[in-house]
Amino acid sequence: MRGFLLNRLSQSLILLLIVSVIGFVVLNLLPGGPLAQFGLDPGMTQDDLDRLKEQLGLNRPLWMQYLDWAWRLLQGDWGNSFRDGAPVLSVIGRHVFATLLLMGTSTAIAIAIGTWIGIRGATHRYSLFDHLATVGAMVALSIPTFWFGLVGIYIFSLKLGWVPAGNMYTIGDGSVLNYLHHLILPSLVLSLVHVAIWSRYMRTSTLDAISQDFVKTARAKGLSERRVIMKHVVGNALLPMITLAGVQLPSILTGALVTETVFTWPGMGRLFLDSLGYSDYPVVMGLLMFSAILVILGNLIADIAVAIVDPRIRLG
Amino acid sequence: MTALVANTGPSRWWRSRTVRRFTSHHLALLGVAMIMLLTLACVFGPHLLPYDSLYIDLRARFSPPLTGDHYLGTDPLGRDLAARLLMAGRISLAVAFFAMLLSTLIGTLVGVIAGYRGGWIGAALMRTVDGFLSFPSIFLLLALAAALKPSPAMVTVIIAVTSWMEVARIVEAEVRSLREREFVLAGRMLGLSGAHIMFREILPNAMGPIIVAATLTVAHAILLEAYISFLGYGIQPPLASWGNMLEGAQQYLASAPWLAIIPGAAITIAVTSFNFIGDGLRDALDVRDDRV
Repeated sequence: MRGFLLNRLSQSLILLLIVSVIGFVVLNLLPGGPLAQFGLDPGMTQDDLDRLKEQLGLNRPLWMQYLDWAWRLLQGDWGNSFRDGAPVLSVIGRHVFATLLLMGTSTAIAIAIGTWIGIRGATHRYSLFDHLATVGAMVALSIPTFWFGLVGIYIFSLKLGWVPAGNMYTIGDGSVLNYLHHLILPSLVLSLVHVAIWSRYMRTSTLDAISQDFVKTARAKGLSERRVIMKHVVGNALLPMITLAGVQLPSILTGALVTETVFTWPGMGRLFLDSLGYSDYPVVMGLLMFSAILVILGNLIADIAVAIVDPRIRLG
Repeated sequence: MTALVANTGPSRWWRSRTVRRFTSHHLALLGVAMIMLLTLACVFGPHLLPYDSLYIDLRARFSPPLTGDHYLGTDPLGRDLAARLLMAGRISLAVAFFAMLLSTLIGTLVGVIAGYRGGWIGAALMRTVDGFLSFPSIFLLLALAAALKPSPAMVTVIIAVTSWMEVARIVEAEVRSLREREFVLAGRMLGLSGAHIMFREILPNAMGPIIVAATLTVAHAILLEAYISFLGYGIQPPLASWGNMLEGAQQYLASAPWLAIIPGAAITIAVTSFNFIGDGLRDALDVRDDRV
């Protein structure tokens, strides 16, 4: 287990390094580089900009700038927002909860529904249900999340009036019920794509598990089919799904960003767009790096979780 | 995959197993029909409609579908929605198609080199792939789109730059498994150059998975273009794309829902069709794939 942990940890560190290089390249692609937002300021002359460049060390070789930038990142100094001067990390911190709430809820929905569809599809292979689930998943994967959100708002809040059309809570009403009421539609919208993905993988994974020898043994023992599936198949089929949950993180974050935009949900995606609109590049860069770190961390945790549950992995 | 190469010969390829399998895949055929229909409509449709896509008519603002000659209604400036939808389709489909070409090119190049060379070059390339995959694609796309002037060509490049990794992974795995096969060893013994072996000997045998991945990349690229244009950082007005037609639609959702529903339906139909075709090709070309 220790060897596995060390190996996996070093992989994550290398990945972190690569991600930071990509991030740094993007930062320098912005017009005007790190000083971009001052370029349009009429109070700044070219001389001022040149002097600032000198002072901030932006005329040093790129690799030195990179090391400097990465070192400050490591120390937790992610710069300050151009909008209100607050440290980037605390600005991001204020928006993390909303995004995690949305992502967590929709992932839970996706896992519950997707697992059920996947197992049923595998145990009733080539049935009408299985065919419908297959076609349904392909269509669901093709629907733009933001459009699905708009259609959802049109039907369920504008026509039927069942749920609010946006925001995380009604101002002046901080009750849990109010939060939940606002959470229903966006998390269902965000979960659609992931129900599709989850059910497809779960079907494959269940079919793999069913063909294993221990299932034959269980059947030979005379266990009922239901018990075989519930006790021996599902557990084993769910194992690779832990990894999938980690792998799906970036796409869930992408979905969360567009969902947050449509539902004016005050999370990281919304913050990212607002910051782009204000040319608030420190926050944009911060979110870019933060989301990548979140993804790397998520994958690491998923892999460790699988290793803990499944001895074949940590020993092999 | 070898079947594909064997079947590209001149003799009755249309009766090959690959073609027979594809044509017995009903959803794939449906997809092909839809895409052909959409493409024809986008190419010839605008010439047949009574209104130009940029003709502003403030007297006809917010006409619902089927008012007069406005078959799909009009937008907040009174422009004909049908004409705009088809002109937007030209942009959206073209951007997606060229983004697919470019990203398949990048992905194949990276994948072949990483898979064939292996060693530290291969490791470095594949870790870079992992690095790109660690970013939520929309964050990277938006940051790049905000940084660079989003002309249609630039949007194409940006989408390609953020979506080549899947192809690279598939090609790398395929090439790595082919690297030790006899025909490659034979090539080496004949003294063929590395480039010749990589691109003339190995690559043709990996075409099946590449074609499937490329088809699915078109679907993905249509969605990505729609996302960034919807958020205002993709194709810029007055040029219409399916994504940016939806950009202002949310504020009129209560009064003019067709503004949101129609372009979104076009996106869904196009993306679904490409996903169906990809699925059919996967069956036909015998590509084993764990992806959805």
